[in-house]
Amino acid sequence: MMTARRLIARSPLHLTILLFAVIWLIPTLGLLITSFRDPANIAGSGWWTVFPKLFSGGQYSLENYVGVLRGEGLARSFLNSLTISIPATAISTFIASFAAFGFAWMYFGGRKILFMLVVGLMVIPLQMTFIPILPIYSKLKLAGTFPGIWLAHTAYGLPLTTYLVHNFMAGIPKDLFDSASIDGASPFMTFWRIVIPISVPALASVFIFQFLWIWNDLLVALVYLSAKPNVAPVTVTIANLVTNRGQDWELLTAAAFVSMALPLVVFFSLQRYFVRGILAGSVKG
Amino acid sequence: MLHTGRWRTWLFVGPALLLIAFFLVYPTIMTIARSFFGRGTTLFGPSVEFVGVKNWTYVFTNKVMLTALRNNALWAALFTACTVGFGLTLAVLLDRVKYEKIAKSIIFIPAAISMVGASVIWKFVYAYRPAHIDQIGILNALVVAFGGQPVGWLIERPWINNVCLIVVGIWMWTGFCMVILSAAYKNIPKQLLEAARIDGANEWRVFRNVILPLLAPTAAVVATTMVVQVLKIFDIVYVMTNGNFSTEVIANRMYKEMFNFFNYGRASAIAVVLLILITPFMIFNIRRFARQEGAR
Repeated sequence: MMTARRLIARSPLHLTILLFAVIWLIPTLGLLITSFRDPANIAGSGWWTVFPKLFSGGQYSLENYVGVLRGEGLARSFLNSLTISIPATAISTFIASFAAFGFAWMYFGGRKILFMLVVGLMVIPLQMTFIPILPIYSKLKLAGTFPGIWLAHTAYGLPLTTYLVHNFMAGIPKDLFDSASIDGASPFMTFWRIVIPISVPALASVFIFQFLWIWNDLLVALVYLSAKPNVAPVTVTIANLVTNRGQDWELLTAAAFVSMALPLVVFFSLQRYFVRGILAGSVKG
Repeated sequence: MLHTGRWRTWLFVGPALLLIAFFLVYPTIMTIARSFFGRGTTLFGPSVEFVGVKNWTYVFTNKVMLTALRNNALWAALFTACTVGFGLTLAVLLDRVKYEKIAKSIIFIPAAISMVGASVIWKFVYAYRPAHIDQIGILNALVVAFGGQPVGWLIERPWINNVCLIVVGIWMWTGFCMVILSAAYKNIPKQLLEAARIDGANEWRVFRNVILPLLAPTAAVVATTMVVQVLKIFDIVYVMTNGNFSTEVIANRMYKEMFNFFNYGRASAIAVVLLILITPFMIFNIRRFARQEGAR
């Protein structure tokens, strides 16, 4: 009796949450179901009509995925996305951890000011940077190349990544360094043997964060890769698909799901690091 | 603090500073300068002429630019109010149920995917077909099921289509706000809430007079972050409407001036507008950061 009354009293609470959950899930569910239906069915009836016979066979297939991966070159783009995001993320995490250590634990004139500047630059909109860099990129033949976009992503990510790693490293107890320097370790050895291993959780958060940011990026890729199909990442290829094949939902839904698959795997397997990264980086602009 | 030779220090911070100088500091200065020069796709040179404030008058008088500025204001207001408002609501509500974790994951998932992916997802939600054939977009199917006429969600200007685009942003970023606000909420000592309840305050009063004031600083930071994000909004508009039907925004306009109209002068001026709009929020965030540093 008590529980029933409690349930009724709390039903507005549960209903509100349920409403949010439904609104948040339905769009993605529609995309997922549609991506497995054949084109004639997609154009003929809404995706929700599969529900009365949700699990009856014959109405789903992988055709759309084959079509988009082979026919529309999405497989190539998927590899390009990996080729862009993994090195770019690795380079920027690497450089940021060196810089973060320098800013947190080395004494040099202007240290505070320089660090404030680095963090402050977080909020420079990327739009401010394209026009002066593009001519240099075309002169150096970096436009439309992977190294070109690695460098750009690395630099653009540095203010945030340096800030995040710095916050963590600044919290390492000072005694660790004292005992290391008594043992005669150089700053580099201290960094490499002591600081980096302790910082692994923080570095993992930063890595995941940065990886997803680059994987999901459209703007930087459009600008520096000039939408060349042989180097285009999935985001650029899908944006082009929307422009050119806007009504071919069997292609669009399958393509969108391919682009989401990796972030979703990363998200579900490494949610802990991801959330930690967000909490640490909530200053980001 | 480690006292080491100067060159060793630069070995650590040098690469980062060099990259930042080349990719952020130098271009920022040059873009400001370039905004006073005319069209063309070179930075400077004989073919690029000084035009004074011409690009600037364009930015603040051209009809499409004014639409873009208006839309960015609409985005900033609606998007920020909803992401922070929903995030706060969910943070407080979900703390009271047993299925908090799974519900949080559901709300948070869109934060992990690309805006391009999200745009495709929602373009399908908004899909429009004439009244005499079956709707395949769920929103129009609902409208028709309740006896209405199908709506061209992304075409009906200027309010319906802009709000529909903003909804995509809200759907993506509410989870982000929720996660941060939820962490702040869980830090509030529960005795404080209990004390208020024992004093006879109902749940609304507890929320209004205890929870809200305590969460206000965090909510302000989250809101600032959201405003900065949304002023730069690009992907959703680029993919879903490309700024057609009065949905233009500043960042998309900048892209068009740069790559479609080959006018680096105007594009630079538009980029500087973005910078100017973002700067007050940047100062807010940096001052908070400086306080944190001072407290350490």
